Amino acid sequence: MEVVDIDARAAKLGINWSQVNFDSIQLPPGEDFGIESDDEAVYHDDQSEFDTGFGNIIVVDHLPVVPKEKFEKLEGVVKKIYNQLGVIKENGLWMPVDPDSKMTLGYCFIEFNTPQEAQNAKEKSHGYKLDKSHIFAVNMFDDFDRLMNVREEWEPPQARPYVPGENLQKWLTDDKARDQLVIRSGPDTEVYWNDARQKKPEPVHKRPYWTESYVQWSPLGTYLVTLHKQGAAVWGGADTFTRLMRYQHSMVKLVDFSPGEKYLVTYHSQEPSNPRDASKVEIKVFDVRTGRMMRDFKGSADEFSIGGPGGVAGASWPVFRWAGGKDDKYFAKLSKNTISVYETETFSLIDKKSMKVDNVVDICWSPTDSILSLFVPEQGGGNQPAKVALVQIPSKVELRQKNLFSVSDCKMYWQSSGEYLAVKVDRYTKTKKSTYSGFELFRIKERDIPIEVLELDNKNDKIIAFAWEPKGHRFAVIHGDQPRPDVSFYSMKTAQNTGRVSKLATLKAKQANALFWSPTGKYIILAGLKGFNGQLEFFNVDELETMATAEHFMATDIEWDPTGRYVATAVTSVHEMENGFTIWSFNGIEIYRILKDHFFQLAWRPRPPSFLTAEKEEEIAKNLKKYSKKYEAEDQDVSLLLSEQDREKRKALKAEWEKWVMQWKSLHEEEKLARQNLRDGEVSDVEEDEYEAKEVEFEDLIDVTEEIVQESM
Amino acid sequence: MRSCSHQTLETRMRPILMKGHERPLTFLRYNRDGDLLFSCAKDHTPTLWLAHNGERLGTYRGHNGAVWCCDVSRDSSRLVTGSADQTAKLWDVKSGKQLFTFNFGSSARSVDFAVGDHLAVITTDNFMDRMAAIHVKRIAEDPEDQVSDSVLVLQCPDGKKRINRAVWGPLNQTIVSAGEDTVIRIWDTETGKLLNETNEEVGHKKAITSLCKAADDSHFLTGSHDKTAKLWDMRTLTLIKTYTTGVPVNAVAMSPLLNHVVLGGGQDASAVTTTDHRAGKFEAKFYDKILQEEIGGVKGHFGPINALAFNPDGKSFSSGGEDGYVRLHHFDSDYFNIKI
Repeated sequence: MEVVDIDARAAKLGINWSQVNFDSIQLPPGEDFGIESDDEAVYHDDQSEFDTGFGNIIVVDHLPVVPKEKFEKLEGVVKKIYNQLGVIKENGLWMPVDPDSKMTLGYCFIEFNTPQEAQNAKEKSHGYKLDKSHIFAVNMFDDFDRLMNVREEWEPPQARPYVPGENLQKWLTDDKARDQLVIRSGPDTEVYWNDARQKKPEPVHKRPYWTESYVQWSPLGTYLVTLHKQGAAVWGGADTFTRLMRYQHSMVKLVDFSPGEKYLVTYHSQEPSNPRDASKVEIKVFDVRTGRMMRDFKGSADEFSIGGPGGVAGASWPVFRWAGGKDDKYFAKLSKNTISVYETETFSLIDKKSMKVDNVVDICWSPTDSILSLFVPEQGGGNQPAKVALVQIPSKVELRQKNLFSVSDCKMYWQSSGEYLAVKVDRYTKTKKSTYSGFELFRIKERDIPIEVLELDNKNDKIIAFAWEPKGHRFAVIHGDQPRPDVSFYSMKTAQNTGRVSKLATLKAKQANALFWSPTGKYIILAGLKGFNGQLEFFNVDELETMATAEHFMATDIEWDPTGRYVATAVTSVHEMENGFTIWSFNGIEIYRILKDHFFQLAWRPRPPSFLTAEKEEEIAKNLKKYSKKYEAEDQDVSLLLSEQDREKRKALKAEWEKWVMQWKSLHEEEKLARQNLRDGEVSDVEEDEYEAKEVEFEDLIDVTEEIVQESM
Repeated sequence: MRSCSHQTLETRMRPILMKGHERPLTFLRYNRDGDLLFSCAKDHTPTLWLAHNGERLGTYRGHNGAVWCCDVSRDSSRLVTGSADQTAKLWDVKSGKQLFTFNFGSSARSVDFAVGDHLAVITTDNFMDRMAAIHVKRIAEDPEDQVSDSVLVLQCPDGKKRINRAVWGPLNQTIVSAGEDTVIRIWDTETGKLLNETNEEVGHKKAITSLCKAADDSHFLTGSHDKTAKLWDMRTLTLIKTYTTGVPVNAVAMSPLLNHVVLGGGQDASAVTTTDHRAGKFEAKFYDKILQEEIGGVKGHFGPINALAFNPDGKSFSSGGEDGYVRLHHFDSDYFNIKI
């Protein structure tokens, strides 16, 4: 088909080239017209290659071959198509002509103003159907050498022999049942065992410049992810940390794991050159074990966030929220008026379309089930009430919803085993001048999901913090407007009152603004960070009593170890001074303290959930004495050994010091005369040698006189 | 153990608050008998206090700039002060009269009388083209005979770095200097030669701010912005102990009675108001001199601690802060029974 025909056909179909929006042309999903995606190959290409300066040139192949007469016409068509996708440089289009036959060769080169435009044009027009027999194949000029080197014949990939991998779970088999933690300070990243018995951390692995920004454990503790210029990498293994896999994503900024650690999501955003534009965001989802990229998402930051500016970096993180449970089946993205839920079988939208929910501002997955809770604020000036709804995925059936009136804001808190959902609702008072807070409590596991409304005793109290007891049925709230707020504990089921929420206790006037439950429940730290300078109160919620109060001056971070035996408090480099961390027992006894300058991060290595059944755990708890005997004996041995070592060390230090002192004394004695001479003969060393302070009580009667005082009237 | 003693130190001791200065304190000095306390501050008047009750006895008027340092003669008759007005002055302690003024082209940062009080070492800052230097002056018996010539002038390799302290070694044979270049140097006072200096391995990592020597001149303690204090042998410059703390050290002191060292500090004065709201939380920290372990702390200052001094009898100590206060602490009996 020739250009004339194309134009004629276009005219017949009523197509005006200049009005064709190539963005709207979408290829059917899964169809690639037999042209293999070259993404994969681009990836493994050496990234450090020099910029050839041809980055803004694309090569368009599969153009019609035309004689000289129609050359200009074809040029016009091509120009028209590409002018819509970017600015073509002056004389930037070059269509070579066969010198013998004077026919075009069926391809052309187009030079754009910027490499970005070229990239964009390549992506948008690749596979574009000019007509049936002319489907564009567009490549970057820079890719050409590489493409030319592709072998003509296909070679079957060689099957590599199976190499058994390392035991990635080995840390769990530590015979002292210790936990690991990673810290970053200065250029170093270090992994330690928390050896509470020895009252010190035991080094496992240390590496300077291990990561370029931060490190993160995978949710089950198997991997440690580090961030680099070229992408992310995960580390793990039996004894030392070896690199298990790399994920190419240049200038990666943030990472996130799926809860079952099957997938890794990486995020990169680029500030726009024009400050009025939104930043560009690129997100990739990798399979953690194979390192394969499963899907990537590109777009402007606006597409990955809702309302307001998404901060400097772009979207709010994590963009993709993973459904609870270990299956890693679904993940959801919130954008304006839509919730996009993807499933990981094909990495495409469920039912091939997003859910339209007008004005939705927040979504939250149940930690265990594929239930999504979402919040839609009030609209139409209060005519349409705000709404909290629970949606089952993948059926998209609304399980429960509640309309709420005169609401200013909502926050959703799931309990860790997905049994309850608490929604903190801030409502306007009648005058609309201020707000007060209450809670809507959903019982997910009960029939019809009953909802209960909870208001604080003093409902005008501001709510400072809220936290569910992990795996439990209680929650704690810090509330009040005074400089020292109150802390209240509630239970969703008490012995007397199984179906209703009831208050357990209120603690008055606490120096606390943050709550940290032990991961096993029962114990909680009421922490006063920031303004309270690091006050800590270790509280037993079963007995409703304070176990200990302490202070870690200026503490910025608090993190429980995954077993709930120890807790770490840290002063990170937001403060200049006293950087480092302290390890406490669950009941508030300081175990050891490490000072580290430029301390950035501390993170406990998570543990996968226990394989024991609830019954078995209960049985162990019941017979704890029997089991603990062995460990107590070990503890005692270690502590004896420690005090022995300590004594030895002190003895040695004292002896060494004595040696110095003896030496100094004898030298001082030798120099006595010389010193006397310097002091013009004054015998001057008395005070340094024999000078004893004695307390002497001395009573002296100075005078006694008797006087008769006469009153003269 | 640590936390409990930590509390006892501060709650049981009622300090005497001495408010006489209008600007941050820079230096504190007891006389040999331990009955007088001299304080220097960034206001221009060094002040004399009664060391047992904090009564103010008088001031020494005449300087025209911040006073950085002072020293008192063994018989408590003479006082020497170094000031930012580019002078060091000799005073009659009793009358408060100026006896002599040494003029320099830059601030006099530190002063120290030699054994016998016939010599004094004065350090001067680098200023414009002038290099930091250590001057040794002869102190005449009769102020009438006093001359301003230096007996000896020493210069550090890097004259662009301030020398914060210079003191006499045993028998006046050496001078020990320390300052911003993080190196401690021992000089021969006869020849002016450099005898010894600390290397990078054992030395401080950041500027040395303070230096305090033992009564018998056998060892000394240095405090540095690298958040450590180090104890050295004064003859061999051997590193004996290192005390690590969380804050830059501005002031150090050693108990003459017990094996305790005290470190004071805090962040730079300029950062106080902006970064931290630790009102009243600036702490003088006590360490066991031998075990290098923290014993406890005394809080109270509203700004970093710039000066610390022990009474020669070891039963009281005083601290001077950026807040302009001198806090005088008499130890209670518990202090003397601290077991670690």
